Amino acid sequence: MKTQQIASFGGLVAAAALLAGCWERPPVESVQHGYRGTGMVQVYNPRTVASQADLNKVPEALPAAPAEGPKAKDIYKNVLVLGDLSVAQFTRHMASITQWVAPQQGCVYCHNPANFAEDSKYTKVVARRMIQMTQHINADWQQHVAETGVTCYTCHRGHPNPQDQNGQKAYWFKAGDPAHKGGMLGWRDGQNEPAYSVGKSSLPNEPFSRYLLGEDNIRVQSQHALPMGDNKQDTKATEWTYGLMMHMSKSLGVNCDYCHNSRAFSSWPQSAPQRVTAWYGIRMVRNLNQEYLEPLKPVYDSDDLGPKGDAPKLFCVTCHKGAYKPLYGQSMLKDFPELSKPSTDGKPLYPAQAKPAAEEKVAVATP
Amino acid sequence: MPEYQNLFTQVQAHAPSYPGVPLARDRDTRERIGTPIHVKLFGWFGNAQIGPIYLGFLGVASIFFFLIGFTTIGFNMLVQVDYDPIQFIRQLFWLALEPPKPEYGLKLAPLNEGGWWNFAGFFITVSILLWWLRMYRRARALGMGTHVPWAFAAAIWLYLVLGLFRPLLLGSWSEAPPFGIFPHLDWTAAFSIRYGNLFYNPFHMLSIAFLYGSALLFAMHGATILAVSRYGGEREIEQIVDRGTASERAALFWRWTMGFNATMESVHRWAWWFAVLTCITGGIGILLTGTVVDNWYLWAVKHHVAPAYPDVWDPAQLVDPATLSAPAN
Repeated sequence: MKTQQIASFGGLVAAAALLAGCWERPPVESVQHGYRGTGMVQVYNPRTVASQADLNKVPEALPAAPAEGPKAKDIYKNVLVLGDLSVAQFTRHMASITQWVAPQQGCVYCHNPANFAEDSKYTKVVARRMIQMTQHINADWQQHVAETGVTCYTCHRGHPNPQDQNGQKAYWFKAGDPAHKGGMLGWRDGQNEPAYSVGKSSLPNEPFSRYLLGEDNIRVQSQHALPMGDNKQDTKATEWTYGLMMHMSKSLGVNCDYCHNSRAFSSWPQSAPQRVTAWYGIRMVRNLNQEYLEPLKPVYDSDDLGPKGDAPKLFCVTCHKGAYKPLYGQSMLKDFPELSKPSTDGKPLYPAQAKPAAEEKVAVATP
Repeated sequence: MPEYQNLFTQVQAHAPSYPGVPLARDRDTRERIGTPIHVKLFGWFGNAQIGPIYLGFLGVASIFFFLIGFTTIGFNMLVQVDYDPIQFIRQLFWLALEPPKPEYGLKLAPLNEGGWWNFAGFFITVSILLWWLRMYRRARALGMGTHVPWAFAAAIWLYLVLGLFRPLLLGSWSEAPPFGIFPHLDWTAAFSIRYGNLFYNPFHMLSIAFLYGSALLFAMHGATILAVSRYGGEREIEQIVDRGTASERAALFWRWTMGFNATMESVHRWAWWFAVLTCITGGIGILLTGTVVDNWYLWAVKHHVAPAYPDVWDPAQLVDPATLSAPAN
C-alpha cells in the first residue's frame, strides 16, 4: 500500500515537472498599464529583461568634430550624401558607421581599399541609400520616432545584417514555396507551422507582405453591434492580423494590452496612447519597405535575396529587438545631427538596374 | 483507513468471461465479436474484461467513413512536412487541414486549396452520424433509455453548428474551423476577436457556466460516492431506499453542509443536463455570431452588460489616426 502511494505521488510530481517545462518560471513582474480591473497589465520576466541589457546599451559617441574646414564633397570624390559635412565630421561619421554596422569587417565591408571613392561594392550603394532612409525617418516620421530618432545603430547593433534579441535575422522576405510543391495535397494556407516570425504559434507566419509592404486592411472588427454588411473581413483575415500582432508583441517584448484593451481591441478611446505610435509605425514601415528596401533589389547580390528573389525588408523587430522602445528610448541622434534631415532630394542614388539581370524580368520602378 | 485512499479500483473480481445478457433478437447476440480477455491493468481503471465488442453494420460503416476522413487529414499533414516522419511528429500539434479561402464561398474549392477540407469534413460528419445511430440502436437493443445518444447529439449539434450550419448561413466554408490541434485553437481566438469578443455573448456565458458547473458537479458527485465507498456507496441504486446506508450518509452530508441535497437519482439528472446544456447553449451562441450579432462587445454595451471605465489617458490623445487628415508625409 505504502509503495503504491509513493508511486502515485511520484507520478504526480513527474507530471508537474513535465508541465513546468512549458512555461517560464516565476517570479515575473507585472506593471499596471490601464484602469484597475481591466487586466491591462504588462508582464515582464526580469531575467529576460536583464539578458537584454547589454543589447540596449548605447555605444559611446566619438568626440564631436569641428564643422570648420573644407567640405567632404569638395575634398573626396563621389560623395553624394553627407557631402556638406566638414572633412573631420565626415571622417567621424564614417568611423561611427564602421563601429555601428561592420566592426568586424571594417571599412572594406563597403569600400574598395584601393579606391574608396568607387561604387564597386554593392554594400556601399546600399549603405548610401540607408543613410538617405535614416534621414527620411528622422525628418518625416517623428510621429513614430519622435525626437529620439534613429541611427544606423538602431537596427545594426554591430551586425551588417541586423539581428534580433535572439540572434535571429531581423529582416524578412516574402514566403518561399512550401516544402512539398506541385502535389495534390499539403496546402498550408500560409500558416500552421511553428514559425519564429509569429511567436511559434500556428498563425499565418508571413503577414508582412500583406500589411508591411502591401496595404491590406488590418482592421477586422465591426463597428456596429449587428451585421450591416459593410465588414467583409472574416475569421481567416483575423488570423492574418493576429499573426502581424504576434510579431509586434514579440518585437516589443510587450503584451497585447500595451496598446489595446483586449475586451474591445478596435476601440480607440479604450486603447493606450502607444497604439497611436504603433499605428504610425506600421505606416512608416510600409513606406520604408515600398520606397527604400524593396527597390534596392537590383543592387543586391543574389545571395542576399529571399526565396522569391525579393530584397530584405524591415519590420518591427528590425529596430525594436525585444524592447518597447529601441535602446530603451535613449537618443543617439543628438550626437549625429547630420542624420536628422535629408541631405539630398531623397531620390535613389543608384541606377534602377544596377546589374545585368539576365533571367530576372522584374525591374522594380524607382519611386 | 489507508485502505480507502487509493487512486485505482482496489478489488478486482476474477470470474470467467461473461458474454453479456442475451437479447431478444438473436442477431444482436450473435454479432458480438471477439473472445474476451482479462487485463489486470484495465481492472484498476474499470472492468478487467475486454470484449466482446458489438460492431454491426453501423459500426463498421462509421469506422470506414472515419478512416477516410482521418487519413485525408493525416496525408495532407504528412505532405506539409514533405513526408518527413520526424518533422511530422515534431510539428504535429501545429499542422492542420484548412478550410478554403473566402473567395470560394460555398462553392467547392480545388482539392489542394481547401477542397480536401470539405472532403474530410463530409466523411467525418457521416461517420459521426452513423456512430450516433449505432449508439441509439445499441441503447434500444439493451432495453436502456436513450440518454447517452441524446447527450452525444448535443455535442454533435455544436460540431455541426461550427462546421456546417454557420458556414451555410454566412455563405462561406472559410468561416469553419480547421482540422488541427493548435490551428483550431488559434481559429477560436481569431473568431472571438473578429466578432467583438465572445465573452460578451450571453450564450457563451451560459455555456461556460454549464461547463464549469459540470466539472463542479462531477467533482462533488465523484467525491461523495468515493467518500462513502467504505459503506458500499458505489452500489448506489440498491441503497436508495434504505436508512443508514452509504446513500443516506451521502445525502445527509450535503444537507448538513449546504442545506440541500440531491438524491441518488437527481444528481445524475443535474449532471446530464449541465453537460448537455454546455453544448446546446454553446451551439446557439456560435450560430448567432456573425449571423445575428457582428460585434458582441458593442452588443453588450448596447444592452448595458459591458461596464465603462474612467479614462486613464487624455482622450484627445486617443483619436483614431486614420480619421485625421493625412500625415505630413
